[in-house]
Amino acid sequence: MAAVKPSDYTNQVTVTDEVAEFSADVMEEITSHLEKYPPDRSRSALIPLLFLIQRERGYIDNPGVNFLAKFLNLEVTDVWETATFYSMFNMHRVGRHHIQICKTLSCKIMGEPDITDHICGKLGIKPGETTPDGKFTVSLVECLGSCGTAPMMQIGFDYHEDLTLDKVDRILSECE
Amino acid sequence: MEIRAIGCEPLQLRRVLVENGHTLKVYRDMDGYTSLKKALGMTPAEIIETVKTSALRGRGGAGFPTGMKWSFVPKDSPKPKYVVCNADESEPGTFKDRYLLERDPHALIEGMVIAGWALGAATGYIYYRGEYNYLIDVMDAALAEAREAGLLGRNILGSGFDMDIFTHTGAGAYICGEETALLSSLEGFRGHPRMKPPFPALEGLYACPTVVNNVETLTAVPEIIEMGAEAWRDLGTEKSGGTKLWSVSGHVKKPGVYELPMGYADMEKFIMEDCGGMLREDKKLKAVIPGGSSVYIMNTGQILGKNVTMDYEGLVAAGSSVGSGGFIVMDERVDIMESTRNLTQFYKHESCGWCTPCREGTDWLVKIFDRIAAGGGRPEDAQVMLDLCDNMEGRSHCPLADAAAWPIQSAIQRFPEDFKKWLWNKTDNVEQKELTVNA
Repeated sequence: MAAVKPSDYTNQVTVTDEVAEFSADVMEEITSHLEKYPPDRSRSALIPLLFLIQRERGYIDNPGVNFLAKFLNLEVTDVWETATFYSMFNMHRVGRHHIQICKTLSCKIMGEPDITDHICGKLGIKPGETTPDGKFTVSLVECLGSCGTAPMMQIGFDYHEDLTLDKVDRILSECE
Repeated sequence: MEIRAIGCEPLQLRRVLVENGHTLKVYRDMDGYTSLKKALGMTPAEIIETVKTSALRGRGGAGFPTGMKWSFVPKDSPKPKYVVCNADESEPGTFKDRYLLERDPHALIEGMVIAGWALGAATGYIYYRGEYNYLIDVMDAALAEAREAGLLGRNILGSGFDMDIFTHTGAGAYICGEETALLSSLEGFRGHPRMKPPFPALEGLYACPTVVNNVETLTAVPEIIEMGAEAWRDLGTEKSGGTKLWSVSGHVKKPGVYELPMGYADMEKFIMEDCGGMLREDKKLKAVIPGGSSVYIMNTGQILGKNVTMDYEGLVAAGSSVGSGGFIVMDERVDIMESTRNLTQFYKHESCGWCTPCREGTDWLVKIFDRIAAGGGRPEDAQVMLDLCDNMEGRSHCPLADAAAWPIQSAIQRFPEDFKKWLWNKTDNVEQKELTVNA
């Protein structure tokens, strides 16, 4: 099977009126985000809630966006407008482990190219692609604020710093 | 990685260096929240005057005097006021705030409550960059501890002053470190910078008076209140008060976060002794970017034997600036054409797309750099890039276009050999303007 590229998804976008539904626990968590902001400024909760949609649904999908529009009393396009601006929101499904390797200057000069080659070689994919089994996605990203411990990568929300090839092997083998 | 103070007692790093510094107990054991008590006994005007006298300048990169920023907030406005902490640390080379947020959250809370009291703000937000999501739990726990102890919420320490602070997350956009873009993002919009004026002090969050300060700026406030404005200022120089955190990365033996008094002498000693010297002893120093990727790159002729002092004035005199204190050291293995290309790719990716000169300019620059790197350099390329930079600098709502232009202008001027070899040795006729830096 070949690696999955982002372009493989572009023909699969279907516009739907379906609205995502969440369990009572998740709804409680969603509602709790509104408490931080003035009552007439609920749009402020949009970015934190988009993270929640991504966590619950794997990526920012159409029913999830419809839900947020309804919940925050926004237009569907308002939600898409914000969501598409930010690089941490995935507009298509990514692997269970999203490996993001920092490629900016400090990491670049401290060995990022070797780390990237090693990971991509091991997984048999290029940056931006997902392994056929849906386990790993590899992305090259801009500075993650870990320059003193370069090279580094982030998997999900976890930072992995001072990387060596051995350390990378160990980290990948611990991913289930 | 090293975390230590040189040339002064650890001040900002005091609790970062101790175990469990993030807990209220340790924070209090180390005189935490005594400044807040002291501040609540002062008038707001006295606090603003104290911060002014301390010569504290914004630690996020622009270096604007903090006390002056605070004084712009109207005292008689009927609107609610806000204190926003900019924890969107994303300037390449900068990672100091991460350690403050992780290991000393109460210092930030204390600084924000003091700012709230001085400005009459009842609400504060801490805007984290999305990638620092894992640090938010640390802060939420600290906020809960502070609320529980009556240091936050209603009637703080029995003073009658109410204030609460909340964490908020961005989602991966460098531009949101620009204060007006941050506010747009905090309101749930795309992170587009706004036209100034109006400045946030008059119309910021929800069109209400708002002060946006960097983490390190706000954590300095309790120290200033505690030791007094003059004593804190005198740690540094007359115009650059106090101490500064430097994030050191690249080809040195001991990268890390270093706290130095402003005016520390000198940069060569800092690199060669304090940071352990060059990572590989057989490789010579080639370049330093002293203040995050957006400042002018320096060559060895500007550093070695020049006794460069590390403060706002000293670095400007040496031909660069303090910026965010993201100190990137490069040895002779680095090709400055390639390193500048890397940073230009960063700015292209992070340009928000609002202003044409920045959106199109960074894109063209990357295309030219990519062609050069692929072996297709042309003799006129250096001039074309400088002309493009001229058409970006000062021609956008926010300084991102300037930040993209400066590394290129300084790299071409200060490392001509690295460009010549890619451009067929014909860059002699390039017209270069004088590089000027704002203090």
